[in-house]
Amino acid sequence: MASVIHPAASSESRPGRFGIYGGRYVPETLMAALVELEHEYEAAKNDASFQAELAGLLKDYAGRPTPLYFARRLTEQLGGAKIYLKREDLLHTGAHKINNALGQGLLAKRMGKKRIIAETGAGQHGVATATVCALLGLECVIYMGDVDMERQELNVLRMRLLGAEVRGVSSGSKTLKDAISEAMRDWVTNVRTTYYLLGSALGAHPYPTMVRDFHRVISIEMKQQILEKEGRLPTAVIACVGGGSNAIGAFYEFIPNREVRLIGVEAGGRGTALGEHAARFHGGSPGVLQGTFSYVLQDENGQIAATHSVSAGLDYASIGPEHAALHDSGRAEYVSQDDAATLDAVVRLARTEGILPALESAHAVAECLRIAPTMTAHDILVVNLSGRGDKDMGILARELKL
Amino acid sequence: MAIHFNHKPGLVVYLTAGDPSLEITRAIALEAIDAGADVIELGVPFSDPLADGPVIQRASERALARGTRLKDVLELAREIRAARPAAGLVIFSYFNPILHYGLARFADDAAAAGADGVLVTDIIVEEADEYLAEMERVKLAPIFLAAPTSPDDRLQAIAIHSKGFVYAISRTGITGKQQSMTADAAALVARIRRWTPLPVAVGFGISNAEHVAQVAEFADAAVIGSAIVELIERSTPEASPGAVARFIKGLHLPQAALAR
Repeated sequence: MASVIHPAASSESRPGRFGIYGGRYVPETLMAALVELEHEYEAAKNDASFQAELAGLLKDYAGRPTPLYFARRLTEQLGGAKIYLKREDLLHTGAHKINNALGQGLLAKRMGKKRIIAETGAGQHGVATATVCALLGLECVIYMGDVDMERQELNVLRMRLLGAEVRGVSSGSKTLKDAISEAMRDWVTNVRTTYYLLGSALGAHPYPTMVRDFHRVISIEMKQQILEKEGRLPTAVIACVGGGSNAIGAFYEFIPNREVRLIGVEAGGRGTALGEHAARFHGGSPGVLQGTFSYVLQDENGQIAATHSVSAGLDYASIGPEHAALHDSGRAEYVSQDDAATLDAVVRLARTEGILPALESAHAVAECLRIAPTMTAHDILVVNLSGRGDKDMGILARELKL
Repeated sequence: MAIHFNHKPGLVVYLTAGDPSLEITRAIALEAIDAGADVIELGVPFSDPLADGPVIQRASERALARGTRLKDVLELAREIRAARPAAGLVIFSYFNPILHYGLARFADDAAAAGADGVLVTDIIVEEADEYLAEMERVKLAPIFLAAPTSPDDRLQAIAIHSKGFVYAISRTGITGKQQSMTADAAALVARIRRWTPLPVAVGFGISNAEHVAQVAEFADAAVIGSAIVELIERSTPEASPGAVARFIKGLHLPQAALAR
């Protein structure tokens, strides 16, 4: 494999960099909009009335704070670490995605934008965006790969019911990556009137920082709740990583607490060959995709590789740039769980705790099932249960022969 | 060998290298130059061309399906340069294939192939330190895109760092056809000229003689991409070089172009 040139060590001092990762690799047409967004976001972040409105909606509309639930039966069965579940699955619309959709939706309104576009993989970000657009009275167009529309049909119907237009994307692999490209093409065309409500900690600056900030609330609550319940910090926080929004939200407040292990779980898919998985840290290398410099699954010519995961939300060839930096520094660990282990984890959690996790979140549960028995009762694991699994019933019925 | 427009408007022709094959791209490029193209932009096919419309997306998919690699495009550039020493030759790419090839290696090989310039769609001036240093080292012209949405401070930076020509995007949007030139394009070219004496080429959506005549009123050159790529898509491989030559002649460029 050819050696990869990093875009200059000096790039670390540029805005939107996480170590050497991140930055802005976009068509010039978008630059004015990205700079405007950066300034508007900074202003909103420091505006008490904006923050108060967001906090009010997160509490009364979305249902924050979400519980930190002690999974007693699962803990007893595994016979090792104490297991807690951060119940983001209980949020309105069924996943953590609403945190960011509300934040950016309010920002779009503040900027006077009337038309919202977004991409979605599993459909959870699309549903969250359609929901916020309904709430705020904004026009909403969602791009979704044809493969994902088929496997997450329930969410397509939810988006339409909420008044959004869902546009299928038939290019490339017809999944999340292609939906992002199509949303960016729309944005390049309609940049003067349209707000791109990007759904993961991906893309050009300021998106990775902004999306992370809107999900920080997860680890802020987690930290407070575990201190209340246990009087100490957890041994490890575990989260699944597609683009990486729920994981960065769950990790962020613990980054300075070096005794807390941060474990990101990528999609191991159905094999280790390129194209059979979405584990960017196990087969990927630094590259530029869709606006940011991060780890990318690519072939020997720098063409982006196909990916596979049973979960549409983790089925993506790149990863948020802040995760790339956390990986290289060793502050966070990244492992993978395959489709089969993930399906087992869904069944295990459903039948032990009566909780049906999303296939994405079940990757984190699978890693918990693996490591909890190797630990002692003194250890505490917190799993970020980022979404609920109702949307996956079609896949589960087929895969599990229900 | 340099980028120059001997007549107004000059013509820049974009071709997706390897569509339908490297051999045919070579034949098309030579016919295009003989028919009046001043500059050939050789497009490196990329799996995720997010600035491109469906026509160039499909061409990229076809070229990749045939296994076209960056090193093949550079070899093609070398052949075109050998056959037409006076034509302008620009390598047009998304950043990732270049990054993976190695930026310094790419600069060396593109220069050795005889390219005059490089245009990277998703490199903006702020992220271009290393890229600009490499282009300067091997004396290749870095060509930046200027957009109707670019404010003056950005246009100034784009103008200062571009060499060869500045590529003005006629409208917000992706590559592909449009009905007529927007007022955006003329206003943008006028704004660019405040910062640079370089020629300004206008591209995106230019597909016929009427568009080219409109561009001639305010810019130095027109860039035609999707219209020609679509013509190649509709033609048989054997017929496409002739079809492209006839298309270019039908643009009614000034005679100076045809004399080349």
